[in-house]
Amino acid sequence: MEGLRREYGPVVALDGLDLTIGPGELIALLGPSGCGKTTTLRLLAGLEDADAGQITVAGQDMTHLSASKRDMGMVFQAYSLFPHMTVRQNVAFGLRLRRVHAAKRDQRAIEMLDLVGLSAQADRYPHQISGGQQQRVALARALAIEPQVLLLDEPLSALDAKVRAQLRDQIRRIQLEVGITTLFVTHDQEEALAIADRVGVMREGKLEQLAPPTEVYSRPATAFVAEFVGLTNRLAGTVSGSTVTVRGRDLPLVDHSTAPGPVTALVRPEAVTLASDRSGESGPLVGTVIASTFLGATSRVTVDLGDTTILAQLSTSDATALPAGSRVALTIRPDPVLVATDAPAVSEA
Amino acid sequence: MAAVTSLGETSLTGPAKSPRGMQAGRRKRLNLFRYLVFSVFGLFFILPLLAMLRFSLEGNQLGTWSLAAWKEIVSYPGPPPLLSSVEITLELAVITSAVVLVLLVPTMIWIRLRVQWIGRAFEFLCLLPLTIPGIVLVVGLAPIYNFIRHYQLSALQLFWCYVILALPYAYRALSAGLGAIDVTTMSEAARSLGASWFTVMVRVVAPNMRQAILNAMLLSSALVLGEFTIAYLLLYNNTLQVNLYFISRATPNASVLFSTSFAALIFAFILLLILSYVGRRRRTRG
Repeated sequence: MEGLRREYGPVVALDGLDLTIGPGELIALLGPSGCGKTTTLRLLAGLEDADAGQITVAGQDMTHLSASKRDMGMVFQAYSLFPHMTVRQNVAFGLRLRRVHAAKRDQRAIEMLDLVGLSAQADRYPHQISGGQQQRVALARALAIEPQVLLLDEPLSALDAKVRAQLRDQIRRIQLEVGITTLFVTHDQEEALAIADRVGVMREGKLEQLAPPTEVYSRPATAFVAEFVGLTNRLAGTVSGSTVTVRGRDLPLVDHSTAPGPVTALVRPEAVTLASDRSGESGPLVGTVIASTFLGATSRVTVDLGDTTILAQLSTSDATALPAGSRVALTIRPDPVLVATDAPAVSEA
Repeated sequence: MAAVTSLGETSLTGPAKSPRGMQAGRRKRLNLFRYLVFSVFGLFFILPLLAMLRFSLEGNQLGTWSLAAWKEIVSYPGPPPLLSSVEITLELAVITSAVVLVLLVPTMIWIRLRVQWIGRAFEFLCLLPLTIPGIVLVVGLAPIYNFIRHYQLSALQLFWCYVILALPYAYRALSAGLGAIDVTTMSEAARSLGASWFTVMVRVVAPNMRQAILNAMLLSSALVLGEFTIAYLLLYNNTLQVNLYFISRATPNASVLFSTSFAALIFAFILLLILSYVGRRRRTRG
């Protein structure tokens, strides 16, 4: 996609988007509502027309091709199976349109249903299977036509947490097995980080960063990415040279060209460690535990530092030793940090 | 505190009813109410019919019974013969339903998918005939029908008029059917699988509107079967309703008036029941 632009009246949904997806790659587009991720997908699918820019798939210009001729499989957020057809007929629908012989069509439909583990439900109607199964059938239907690109538009958002995690893993397994180029749109960062080869974080119709999940998380390109992906503590600091001083600690900067002066440093909760403090002394990195949220293997602890609060993510066994009201001393791991210069330097978690 | 009070009261007044018992009692009361309402409306509906039947079967003297009034319908020589009127009316019902569906179904699907902004204007146009009295319509259409009659075309030409009359009812039925399905997502899914717009309409959307289409057919047919004013005023005497009217006028036996009216009603009921039964059977299978 080159220079893609789409406007809805005065609203610019996509503002010159450039994105290249490699063969067999899974890219997840992540961003808040209205950032343009679904518009990107719909433009690629041909369900909407771009105001400017070009879409090329395998060297072929698709920009002005109708959706029915683009050869792209799509799975929608809403359940999109045809209610009057059985599961098998749904999967075979695209093949029927391509005039594939009935026996071959049926065989292919069963193969696809086997792939998503639903061949036993082949003769059921959509209303007779669960939501998760419906989305799996939709995936099988999209894959049956052997599309050039698979487009997934928040396919898991209508499902409950457990089914969601299972189906997410299944989608990734199938995608790797089939080796199909895939664009996955989601607003769920965990989903994007877990499934994608590369994650594209979008904001106001533009790509803020496109990188592997680990890089997006640990080395965010912008303050927006840092704040959108994962939790971030916003702490007042002062830049001097290649470091930022936060509550008396010097932390290395990601961007060494940051201008000196007051900034807001973005510190991940897992970079903060806590230890019980019995000295009774006060200091910039001494505070009181005010809440602890159990997350399973880890817990998130909120510490009141007097002028601000800070989040720390600890193992649950460590967090249990620090109940609410405990005095704690904080340590901030010297990971490279990003700073936000657009926001006022007010300390908050 | 509330729980304690509640427990205390329970112990004084005896064992509390289980939720299931309460539910059963409530269901019983609800059923009683349903049967009562159904009976009242049933009586309101069936008493005039029974009275009609009785008058149609009553002989010349009170307390005597006779089938003479019914025999007169069958033996009515015409013109036109009764059976030919039945045939024409049924043909009109079929043509009207078909034309209404051909006009409305693709248009409404297209509007929903592509040009939603004209949806309100289209709805207004479809509902407009509801506000136009039959007589006004006749005044407007009379010159056209006079012209048609000049070419001695059959009463089937009335379908033009009946299509207009049936539009509001068919529109409502189809609109409800369209509203019940996610047309946009289904059509986008079909398009991404390679379906043309025609395929989307015929193979994807229309089959999911089957019940709405049957309802629209049912309402259009009911309208044609019961229509009298326009056919009579435009001088098409060979439709069923107008013919029955003439049969009742042509005989000195007052009971024929009731036998013909009753016969017309029963005919319409049976036809509509058949249509509705066909729809239900298909829905059960689907």
